[in-house]
Amino acid sequence: MNIHEYQAKELLKSYGVRIQEGLVANSPEEALEAAKKLNASTGTSWFVIKAQIHAGGRGKGKVQETGSNGVVLAKSLEDVPTKAGNILGGTLVTIQTGEEGKKVNKVLVAEDVYYPGASEPKEYYLSILLDRAKGCNVIMASTEGGMDIEEVAEHTPEKIIKEWIDPKLGLQAFQIRKIAFKLGLEGTAFKEMVKFISSLYNAYIGSDSSQFEINPVLKTSDDKILAVDAKVNLDDNALFRHKDLAELRDLAEEDPLEVEAGKSGLNYVKLDGNVGCMVNGAGLAMATMDMIKLSGGEPANFLDVGGGANATTVEAGFRIILQDPNVKAILINVFGGIVRCDRIANGVVEAYKSIGDIRVPIIVRLQGTNAEEGAKIIDESGLKVSSAITLKEAAEKVRLAISA
Amino acid sequence: MSVLVNKDSKVIVQGFTGSEGSFHAQQMIEYGTNVVGGVTPGKGGSSHLERPVFNSVEEAVMKTGANTTIIFVPPAFAADAIMEAAEAGIKVIIAITEGIPVADMMKAKPYIKEKGAVLIGPNCPGVITPGEAKVGIMPGFVFKKGRIGIVSKSGTLTYEAADQVAKAGMGVSTAIGIGGDPIIGTSTKEAVQLLMEDPETDAIVMIGEIGGNYEADAAKWIRENGNKKPVVGFIAGQTAPPGRRMGHAGAIIGGADDTAAAKMRIMADNGIHVAESPAEIGAVMAKVLGVEA
Repeated sequence: MNIHEYQAKELLKSYGVRIQEGLVANSPEEALEAAKKLNASTGTSWFVIKAQIHAGGRGKGKVQETGSNGVVLAKSLEDVPTKAGNILGGTLVTIQTGEEGKKVNKVLVAEDVYYPGASEPKEYYLSILLDRAKGCNVIMASTEGGMDIEEVAEHTPEKIIKEWIDPKLGLQAFQIRKIAFKLGLEGTAFKEMVKFISSLYNAYIGSDSSQFEINPVLKTSDDKILAVDAKVNLDDNALFRHKDLAELRDLAEEDPLEVEAGKSGLNYVKLDGNVGCMVNGAGLAMATMDMIKLSGGEPANFLDVGGGANATTVEAGFRIILQDPNVKAILINVFGGIVRCDRIANGVVEAYKSIGDIRVPIIVRLQGTNAEEGAKIIDESGLKVSSAITLKEAAEKVRLAISA
Repeated sequence: MSVLVNKDSKVIVQGFTGSEGSFHAQQMIEYGTNVVGGVTPGKGGSSHLERPVFNSVEEAVMKTGANTTIIFVPPAFAADAIMEAAEAGIKVIIAITEGIPVADMMKAKPYIKEKGAVLIGPNCPGVITPGEAKVGIMPGFVFKKGRIGIVSKSGTLTYEAADQVAKAGMGVSTAIGIGGDPIIGTSTKEAVQLLMEDPETDAIVMIGEIGGNYEADAAKWIRENGNKKPVVGFIAGQTAPPGRRMGHAGAIIGGADDTAAAKMRIMADNGIHVAESPAEIGAVMAKVLGVEA
């Protein structure tokens, strides 16, 4: 699960990680109030206003309605409400949002941390994530702060420092020192970085996260180390033991159809294609999408109805797929093992009748226990539904349906 | 011989008296699997499905001589159940449970390795050696006995493959569902290795999906070891968008090597017969082996 920058920073702060201080605001008026409070608590007179959406590239992204960037600097209190107003309620398009962009409901008003002083401010990169191949967590650090780490990895891999963490022992002090030295730090900044990494790791473990990306980490002109941005990805499977973190979920950031599907216990991901599909099992669902493509269509969605497919889940699945106006045909692909195909077939017929006005062709492929009986029920239902037994047959029928 | 499970496997069920555990234990017994008992802490001393229930795996092993376990324990307690089984001396641990926190598996995996146990899963359909033992949740009738080994990250896609293999006139030696989580006990490579060394297996179907490097690893290993048996490969998720989790916790494209296209290319480069379409898995295998359907 993704959370917003302001939520991520609050999480980090609760573990003693130094952050760029800020307050979240829902309106220009609240933004001004936030700026005043920030001025009183930190002394900052410049304010960074940052759109809060679950996507990167905000700084370079543009708000469609106003042309404002997703991250802007206000150099006075008076500037804050106007600049916040140019972002709030707008649609922010970044390299990660796609053309349609994302609506901005909140901004983070943050202190300016790039103030001049004894030394030059410098940006670094830090992340903690699961290394699947090694089955343990890894810390990645780089002096190339603010850059896209994938690009750094491609062009200058030697600039990426990696420390793998033994799951039984946890992160060791010498590993932290190694990272801080390799980043070229010394004196106060070195000590600050050691403390920063140590607290950051505690936050990662304590919150059962699967990814932390702090880009940039800033060394200020007075040698403090702090998180200017924070991307936190929580392990969905561990949310049951973090009720407080589970509440940070922002449904406004998710596709409404995906939220609706989730409520019915369905695993649905909206895509851009023209053939909807409903499948039992994640692997077979992906394979079915691939087959649609090979048949000349494009999958409109991923939809796994799970092991216990029945009339209720099939109907819920139908209703969700049919809300997508791009769908020109629907393929239902169920490998009935423990669940019998005749039952699924009856479920499909019932769901079809209950919904009524279905205008796209439907292909139902049932394989496994009682496959023949299932096909017979579909064929004799008198509905505009055609049956298939093998995957190949289903692929052919999809091809026919979309070329018609 | 055969791999991991056979007619001599003495199987216990952890989470025996729960609804999932009960249902599938019954199915396994009907299939002919030698289920010798089960474990549900607090219900020891009672009887369920005409088999004894024990409070701990240790007790179950002592009283029944069990060497294999299948785990249906809820996600919050599943990693603990896995470690308990390894500590009690169980050698083959099959974890069906979906939704175990990554942090828990990160600790459990090295622990069981130290104890010399093999873990299959979690979030998997289990293992079946047709005609001998089904230690999993797959529909047994789909798996006809034969000489093709199957390794797969997915449940229903494994059934699909087994069905196609049967319809093409062949059968299955052992099918291993390794699971779709980011951290699993047995990698694709390790499962393929078991089948490569199995005298009852002539050829292997290897089914993967987007995310992680397991398939690439297995492909390279297969070539380095001289492509001793023909391998047919398929990767699900050619049309999956990057950055989105596709059902399985591990099925997500994070980088360029995670894509289906990249994995299929690596497989082909290493001498694996790649099926482009999931509908062609059986046909490709038949062609490779020269079998008339």
